Order: sequence, then structure tokens, then C-alpha cells
Amino acid sequence: MLDYLWIIPLLPLLGSATNGLLGSKWPNKTVTWVAISSTGLSFFCALEAVREFFASGQVPFRKEFFTWIAAGNFRAGFDLQMDQLTVVMVLVVTGVGWLIHIYSTGYMAHEGGYYRFFSQLNLFMFFMLILVLAANYTLLFVGWEGVGLSSYLLIGFYFLRKSAADAGKKAFIVNRIGDFGFMLGMFLLFRTFHTLDFTALFQAASNPAWGHEAWGQFGTFTVACLLLFMGACGKSAQLPLYVWLPDAMEGPTPVSALIHAATMVTAGVYVVARSHVLFVHSETAMVAVAIVGCATAFFAATIGLVQTDIKRVLAYSTVSQLGYMFLACGVGAFSAGIFHLMTHAFFKALLFLAAGSVIHAMGGEQDMNKMGGLSSKIKYTYATMLTATLAITGIPPLAGFFSKDQILFGAFQIPGGHPLYAVGLLTALLTSFYMFRLIFLTFHGKPRFDEHKVHAHESPWSMLGPLVVLAVLSFAGGWFALPTFFDGPDYFSNFLGPMFGSHESAEAAGAAAAHSLELILAGVAVGAALIGLGVAYWMYLRKPGKADELAKSMKPAYTTLLNKYYVDELYAAAVVKPLVWLSTNVFWKAADVAGIDGAVNGIASGTTAIGDGVRRTQSGNTRSYAVWVVVGAIVIIAVVFFWPSAGRPVAGMVR
Amino acid sequence: MVPTSYYIVLSAILFGLGVFAFIFKRNLITMFMSIELMLNAVNLAFVAFSQALGKPDGQVFVLFVIVVAAAEAAVGLGIIILIARNRQSLNVERVDLLKL
Repeated sequence: MLDYLWIIPLLPLLGSATNGLLGSKWPNKTVTWVAISSTGLSFFCALEAVREFFASGQVPFRKEFFTWIAAGNFRAGFDLQMDQLTVVMVLVVTGVGWLIHIYSTGYMAHEGGYYRFFSQLNLFMFFMLILVLAANYTLLFVGWEGVGLSSYLLIGFYFLRKSAADAGKKAFIVNRIGDFGFMLGMFLLFRTFHTLDFTALFQAASNPAWGHEAWGQFGTFTVACLLLFMGACGKSAQLPLYVWLPDAMEGPTPVSALIHAATMVTAGVYVVARSHVLFVHSETAMVAVAIVGCATAFFAATIGLVQTDIKRVLAYSTVSQLGYMFLACGVGAFSAGIFHLMTHAFFKALLFLAAGSVIHAMGGEQDMNKMGGLSSKIKYTYATMLTATLAITGIPPLAGFFSKDQILFGAFQIPGGHPLYAVGLLTALLTSFYMFRLIFLTFHGKPRFDEHKVHAHESPWSMLGPLVVLAVLSFAGGWFALPTFFDGPDYFSNFLGPMFGSHESAEAAGAAAAHSLELILAGVAVGAALIGLGVAYWMYLRKPGKADELAKSMKPAYTTLLNKYYVDELYAAAVVKPLVWLSTNVFWKAADVAGIDGAVNGIASGTTAIGDGVRRTQSGNTRSYAVWVVVGAIVIIAVVFFWPSAGRPVAGMVR
Repeated sequence: MVPTSYYIVLSAILFGLGVFAFIFKRNLITMFMSIELMLNAVNLAFVAFSQALGKPDGQVFVLFVIVVAAAEAAVGLGIIILIARNRQSLNVERVDLLKL
């Protein structure tokens, strides 16, 4: 299978093409079959490839299938690779992606454009797999842009609704800003190393001659890494480019689960982890990654506290958790970041899918203020969502506990990392609060909807099945790291160890001494999560009016949070409005209409005018033609006689 | 022996008369005649130069010009007859259907 690695991305592409080209005529059943089987087969192919990877003794595999671009000494090939990092990513993408496809067949069953939805969802899978399997930056960028395109298409799936179409455009444009930096980073890397191939590039970069760039020193590595990180910020919705992700919730819920929670938004983390060889060269870049991640985690969590749309809470939670992953990368705990990426893919996909199930049960209602008391009506959804909530808040022994603990531990250990740790811990508390707020508002208390109008009903098994599988994964997905608490090895970071190599060995060496510290930190983190739970319980279940009272007493803070710190308004005033003005008045009215159209139309009307004038000479009068002939002859003779130098060629022609 | 310049001056005068007649006369037959006049003025110049240079080329050319002029006269007169039949007039001012 490793030799035929291209089959893994090809299968979803085939599914996408088949459904996209022929699906409009087919019944939903056929479309479902094509979509599910293509992604399912892709998942099994990935499993087989991973099995062979393990069988070969975990030797990184790389193969050049064909050359795509060759220009001078630049070569961009369709090269795919399989190493430890890819194993994690490819399994998450195909596995979670497949589950979400299955879920979608139930969720989208009564929607129009069924074939279109699955065609685009499969297209996304194709590009995402290209992204994670690519063995050079150029091919990675193909997948990177491709997932952006699929994201745009799927956010705007209900394109008749203006807000959805706008959200799609917003996502695309904000991502382009990041991609601009990403491209510049690639150019700089190529200029420095004359290759964009991962193996060759990282080998060249790990040459000790390059040295280390200290804090505040802007060498090649710092600039290149910061530019790459700009791309990652756009794709992974970090400050200041996170604004598109909450709006992306306009798309269908499975899309939010697949693209805007589990896979695509983690591409930025993946790129940073993949480029870790470059990042560790530059202190500035690492600190920037850590601070941006930490700030985003806290910032998004505070907004999540007051949102009332169930999907928006989850969206801000996603931004916040992505911030954790970048924090991990920034403090050098790359494997912890990837670990959190994986567990997050499980529990956040589950949260979104369960939220979709709730929305389905409520007949399309997304406002949590109009829910409540659903726990007895939709038991399976409740149980799975509770599992995911416990996982994301970091209650042991669920998945999120282990990954979040590793990140906080990593942040605590680096020099000067205590503020990062403190903010991370506070964020964990906030996370716990807003997640349990969501649970209590949705599932507990008294129903706040009209029970005669809305008949809450459990979703079909095509939706519940994936929920249950993901719940199991959210529960047990973190147990790779379980033995660390009993002086055992951490299987996950050991597995990724060869990838991240020496950068994490220091952590491993001090492991024994740090063991008791890690236990203490884990206890503190769990304590923070429990406090959040307790506060949420007190505010929303014991004293239901308390939250509103608090909101009133802290009105300025509350409205600021409710309006998301007015960041959208700020961007609209600072960036969008000037750009629109510039585009309208300069580029459209001045440059396009007056300049370009004016030039083209001017040439055309000038030609017409000249033709109109010259036309008059063709009078049809024989004698006027005779006069022209005579005048012409006289002019030529005059030139030949009175201006010999100019007349010579004319005389030559006559002679 | 008459000097060559005399012939040339005569040729120029004849040619000029032809041009003037062609431009200012309106009758097609007259215009046709003025064309013949111009051709023969050129013939005269050819013969004069041929004689002065002692080369036969000019005289050979004149023979060609006479032959072509005869052919042209046949075709041109045919056209003039057709125009006269169709329009009952030989006024060139009224033959202007080719204009835009």
C-alpha cells in the first residue's frame, strides 16, 4: 500500500467527481453509497499503509510519483510521504472524516443539494489528505489552498442565505491574508535552501552552521517561520485572523465538525509541527507562536462565556483549543500539541455532531435560551455530548485531560513559561465553565421552548452511530499517555519522538524528577476544571436567575463579550471600509472605468472617427480620383527633386 | 538635328494638356481621348531618349505601349457604350455609384 500511497487521496477525489458530475440525476441512496464507500475505502487504505509503516520498523517512507513542476533547479513533485506525524494526521482525517460522512447521511437527508454536499465534502477530504501526505511545501500548499476552497464552498452551502454567502467569502478572504505570508515564507525558504522538499530542506536547516537566532534577532529562520506562522494563523483561526471561524458556523453542522473543528483548522498546527526544525532555530518565532496561541486560547474562551448560539460557543471553544495547540508548539512540546490535535479532533467533532443532533431534535433551533431539559428526551445525544464535555474540560481519565495536562506541563517547564501556564490554567477554568454552561442550558433545567410545538426526538442511528464511536474515542483516545502517571512510558510522545528528535529529549531526561511536579500540575488543572463546573452548576442550575443578575451588574464587560470585543466592527472600520472605498473610487471608478475602459473605448472611437474622416475622400467622383493621382505624382517628384536625401529611397523604388 | 530637349518639352506640354483635359472635362469620350494623349506624350519621350542614348529599349517599350493602348481602347470604348446605353448620358459626374 505504501507504494500506492496516492490511492488514499485519489479515492475521495473520485467520489467527489462522480457525485459532482452525475449525482444530480441519482437518488440520494446512490450518492450516499458513493460518498461513504470512497471515504471508507480511503480510511482502510490508510490503515493498511500505516500497518506497513509499522511493519517496516517505522522508517519514514517517501516516494516521488511524478514531477509536477520543473523549472531550473526548482522541482515540485507529486511526492507523498508517510512518517509518524503523517500517521496521526492521516488516521484522524480519514477516520473522523468517515464518521462525519456517515453522520451527514442522516443529518442532510432532507436537505436540497444532497449530491452537491457530498461532492464538496469528498473534495475536502481529497485536499486535506494531499495536505497531510505531501512531502514538499509546494504540494502541501496545493492541499492548503484546496481545503480553503472546499471550506468556502461548504460554508456557503446554503448560498441563498446572504449571511452564509458572506461568511464563505469572509473565510476565504481572511485565509488569503494568511496564505500571502505563507507564500512569502516559502519563497524565502527556497531562496535560502534552494529546495522546498521536506527531507532535503530540513536536513540543510539542521546543519549546525546555521546557528541559533536569539530573541529579537531577525535572521532568515525567524522571518521565514513568522511568515509560515502567519499562514498558520489564518488557517487555524488564531489572533488576529480568527474572525472567520465563528462566522463559518453558517455552514451545515457536519461541515463545522469536519472542517472547522477536527481537520482543516488543525492544518496550521500541523504545518508548525512539520516545520519544527525551522522553528527551533528561532527563539523569536517560538515565543511568538506560544504567546499568540496562549492569548488566543484565553481571548476566545472569554467570548465563549456569553454566547447563546450553541454552535458559536463551540466555535469559540475551537479557536481556544487551537490556541492550546499553538501554545504547546511554541514551548517546544510539539508532540503534546499533536496529541491535543488528535484528542481535540475526537471530542470537538463529537461536540459538533451532538450539537447537530440537538439542533435536529429541536427542529433547527440553535439558541440555547430556547432549549433546556432535553436530557430525558434525547438520551444518547446527551450521554455522548456529556462525554465530550468531560473530555474537553480535562476530567481524568478522558482524552482531553492527558493532552491538556501535557501542554500545561510543557508551558510550566520552559524558562519564563509561568505566565503562559497561568493563562493556560485560567483558560482551562473558563473552558470548563462555558462547556458546562452549554450542557446545563441545553439539557438540564426546565424546558424553555413550547413543548406543544417542538417535539424533541432522538436522531436516527446513522447519526447516533458516529456519536457513539467518537464518544468511545473521546473517552479512551488519551490513554496512550496513561502509563506516565504510573512511572510508565508515554507511548504517544515516544512514537512521535523520532520526528521531533532532540528537541524533546530534554523533557524526557528530566522526566523522573519532574514526575511529581506533573502530578501536582495535573491535580491543579483538574481542580480548575471542577471549579468551572461548580460555578456553572451554581449559576445555571441552583440559581437560574443568577446569570442574568451578574450580566446586569457587570453590563459593560458583558456587552463587550457579547459583541466579541467589537473586533468585527473594528476590522470593518479599519480594514474593510477603507478597502471598499479604495476599490470603489480608485480601482473601479478611476482605474477601471476611466483608465482601462477609457483607453479601450477611446481607441475604438478614435479609429471610428478617423475612418469617418477618410471615408469622405472616396467620393465616387472619377475626376477627384484623377486629382489625387496627379497630386501624389507631383509630391513624389517634388521630393525627389528638392529633398534628395529623403528622395533616394523613393527614387530607388521608381527606378 | 533637333535637340532632345525640344522633344521633351513637347512631350511635357502634351502630357500636361492631357492631364488638364482629363481633370476638367466631363465627357467620357473626351477624357478617354486625353488618356490617349498622355500615353502618346510618354511615347514621344521614350522615342526621344532612345534616339539620344542610342539604345533601342525605348522604342521597344513604345511598341508595347501602343499594343496595350489599343487593347485598352477596345475595352474602354465598350464600357463607354454600355454606360451611354444605360444612362442616356456621357457625363462622368453621374457615374459615381461606387462611392460609399
